[in-house]
Amino acid sequence: MLKKTFTLLVALLVLLFTPLAQAAPKIENWTTANGLRVYYVHAPELPMLDLSLMFDAGSARDGDKPGLAMLTSAMLNKGAAELNEDQLAEQFDAIGAVFGAGSSMDNASVSLRTITLEKEQKAALDLWLKVLSKPTFPPESFARVQKLTLVGLQAEKQDPATLGSKAFYKALYPDHPYGQPENGTEDSIQGLAVADLQAFYQQYYVAKNGLLTLVGAVERKQAEALAEQIAAVLPTGEAAAPIPEVKPLTAAKTVKIPYPSSQAHILVGQIGNKRGDPDYFTLYMGNQMLGGSGFTSRLMKEVRDARGLSYSVYSYFAPYKELGVFEVGLQTKKEQTEEALKVVRDEISKFQQDGSTAEELEASKKDITGGFPLRTASNSQIANYVGVIAFYNLPLDYLETFTDKINVLTREQIADAFTRRIQPDKMVTVIVGEESETKPADDASKPKDDAQEASQPAAQGK
Amino acid sequence: MRKIQPFTGKARNSRTMLAASFLFAAILGSPAQAIERVKVEVPVHQYKLDNGLKILVKQDKRAPIAVMQLWYKVGSSYEHGGITGVSHVLEHMMFKGTEKHPTGEFNRIIAENGAQDNAFTGSDYTAYYQIIAADRLEVAMELESDRMRNLTLPPAEFKKEVEVVKEERRWRTEDKPQALTREQFEAIAFMNSPYQNPIIGWMPDLDAMKVEDLKAWYERWYAPNNATLVVVGDVDPDKIHELAKKYYGPLKPTENIAPPKPQTEVEQKGLRTINVKAPAELPYLLMGYKVPGMINAKEKWEPYALEMLAGVLDGGGSSRFSRELIRGKAIASEASAWYSGYGRMPELFSLSGTPTKGEKLETIKAALLEQIERVKKEPVTTEELERVRAGIIAGEIYERDSQQHQANLLGSLETVGLGYKLADEYVDNILAITPEQIQAVARKYLIEDHLTIAELDPQPIDPNKPKNEPRFVR
Repeated sequence: MLKKTFTLLVALLVLLFTPLAQAAPKIENWTTANGLRVYYVHAPELPMLDLSLMFDAGSARDGDKPGLAMLTSAMLNKGAAELNEDQLAEQFDAIGAVFGAGSSMDNASVSLRTITLEKEQKAALDLWLKVLSKPTFPPESFARVQKLTLVGLQAEKQDPATLGSKAFYKALYPDHPYGQPENGTEDSIQGLAVADLQAFYQQYYVAKNGLLTLVGAVERKQAEALAEQIAAVLPTGEAAAPIPEVKPLTAAKTVKIPYPSSQAHILVGQIGNKRGDPDYFTLYMGNQMLGGSGFTSRLMKEVRDARGLSYSVYSYFAPYKELGVFEVGLQTKKEQTEEALKVVRDEISKFQQDGSTAEELEASKKDITGGFPLRTASNSQIANYVGVIAFYNLPLDYLETFTDKINVLTREQIADAFTRRIQPDKMVTVIVGEESETKPADDASKPKDDAQEASQPAAQGK
Repeated sequence: MRKIQPFTGKARNSRTMLAASFLFAAILGSPAQAIERVKVEVPVHQYKLDNGLKILVKQDKRAPIAVMQLWYKVGSSYEHGGITGVSHVLEHMMFKGTEKHPTGEFNRIIAENGAQDNAFTGSDYTAYYQIIAADRLEVAMELESDRMRNLTLPPAEFKKEVEVVKEERRWRTEDKPQALTREQFEAIAFMNSPYQNPIIGWMPDLDAMKVEDLKAWYERWYAPNNATLVVVGDVDPDKIHELAKKYYGPLKPTENIAPPKPQTEVEQKGLRTINVKAPAELPYLLMGYKVPGMINAKEKWEPYALEMLAGVLDGGGSSRFSRELIRGKAIASEASAWYSGYGRMPELFSLSGTPTKGEKLETIKAALLEQIERVKKEPVTTEELERVRAGIIAGEIYERDSQQHQANLLGSLETVGLGYKLADEYVDNILAITPEQIQAVARKYLIEDHLTIAELDPQPIDPNKPKNEPRFVR
């Protein structure tokens, strides 16, 4: 749910947009009477339905209260209408429905998965609407959620990967909301009050600031009725104002965080691109060859295959509403830190200066286009990318046109984009695990995300 | 590298499995259940080649893709002392070339076809998979069949790859205090069962590993008569059979593959405890009771009752742990219960917990033990059971959304020796479990003499801080 996981999600979603005409699911779109945008995909094969409401209510809206968006989202199912937290959990579980709520930098989502038997679907929807429209934010639950968040912050301090990721974002976004920790700091979490959450909820969880996605075994007519029913419980409200623009760094920066681990966790990167960016396709394609494609990428070949320096090594662009990150990551035993860093830096520079080979580009195009049907094989996958298309206002034919956009790219275009957008001499480097005589940086004492095993974007098995 | 547990798994709402296709869906009402069950029959097509290769095919036509997996009956529980981790290192080396497709070619060809591929090693299996456009499946089968018998294992590649595996071990275990605790916990929970060894292997064994160890391991276990091919997706079963005949058919079987020795775990004679010190912020508790597995249960229903018990304690937001320990008393930031009973040997019923801010590990331990005493003393309520059943019934549908899950289930069941048909019986059997049966297994198996407890004792992360006071251990 937090930054790292969302980053990964976005990175995966990038891969999704590589269609084959017959396999692209058909996305239908309309707006309800009170201004809620609706995106619907009919998936009749399994008797289940996935609903998700997304609001422009991510941590970028935290202001001077880091953690506000996340805790607001976490509190929704802690009490609603006449039901307390135990009752809500019991009632969802009793009909096999799965409630979800989470937030990222850009957005917050409230989801429901239910089977589509009439009785169960209706019960699940009624319950979900209560949570959406009448959360009670009980103070005793809030005190507990605060405590759990503090434990989460503490857990991050024993996870060098998270320490590194938090320091990386902080260094890349010194003056932008993206640089603030999504799960707050000990001080900010303790400083939050129920009234803050209620105000945040009232301002941002409204029809004009949200959108609904439906994927599953309901017909269009039924979907329209559902959408009206859902929209009806939301106040019309206003769309949130744009968040500030991101300024790229003007000088290189290195952050070293001492940690008693056997490996150093290394991140190198800079400000990247955004959704709908004119360089989106060229950067995506170039990165595939540099470090995005897994086992055939240059970084994997040079760092892992040729030298045995790391189990996982990757690079990706994580585009957000505003400029996101370009990140290269790996882990290696401490004594090899300098050697591994040099290989990574050399490969970035080489790619930035000389670009790709014709063979690489050809192979990469085949990889992306040939793999398209894999990305939309399940309802979960479909629901994920419909959410991205909807939230970032991408064209509905984004899927159908993606392959064409990939296939026409040239080496020159990619090289041009990397020359303009990548600055090897102005990158942030974060090393967690290096010995240091200095005191731990601020970053070490104010870490960001939950310890998540799944936070490693590179391949796991082999 | 990871371990698949076909039915359990800590993810909420995913503790069931699926056995179904929308093709033959029929709604069966049942007044005894909280929600209706949408029962579906999807046939699994089974074939066997003359050389002993088993083939399981299941259709899922929702998308033009196929998941293809090859499962070998070998994993860390087959390994003897000194070579722990060899199955997993070999798994890595399976990507390093054959005579026909030298180092690098496998990855190149797979990528050229837009396939996703990887492999995983568990205690009881090593499996390789590709997810690929259904009409390109033959390319992947050619590659997979080729490396069953023709691996070259170049020493220079091994030398680098074993270093990659050591980095993997540092990343997965050495620098993760909870993973480290789990590894040491398993090492003492099992006294002579090979489940005592980590799948990734002990570091000194990795240090001493030789390419010859891999070669011997490969020759011993990698044969068509020690493997199962599983395909789930938009495919024609008979056509898969034909393709398998073409590519795997010519491979010679290995005569007389000796199965691993029984190594049946000796009876535990009293509580075992272990204290693990590691740089960490939070304490962590891990407990496990010796219980029968599906493979050796004398009473067929007992594993299902243990699985249901785990569901009552930790299945969803309304489970006892969520309701009473995380909310309610609000002493735990995390508390879990799970049953690992689907291996080729019996394993554990496990509990874990992390205290919330201001609480002690002792408090969590006492609360978890109290929960166990309670399920022994009084039967679980009908309402609780109905909620777990609802999760299983709905989960049966939700899990059909993943082709990979379906393939994992068939492959793992067949490979550990339980048989893929268990997938068809599972839901019926678990829905039949009664509160009395849950109470009975709790009383019979969750006893202190068969319990192992591990505690993570956090040491300061900041090297400038003083060490913790010595801690008195029982």
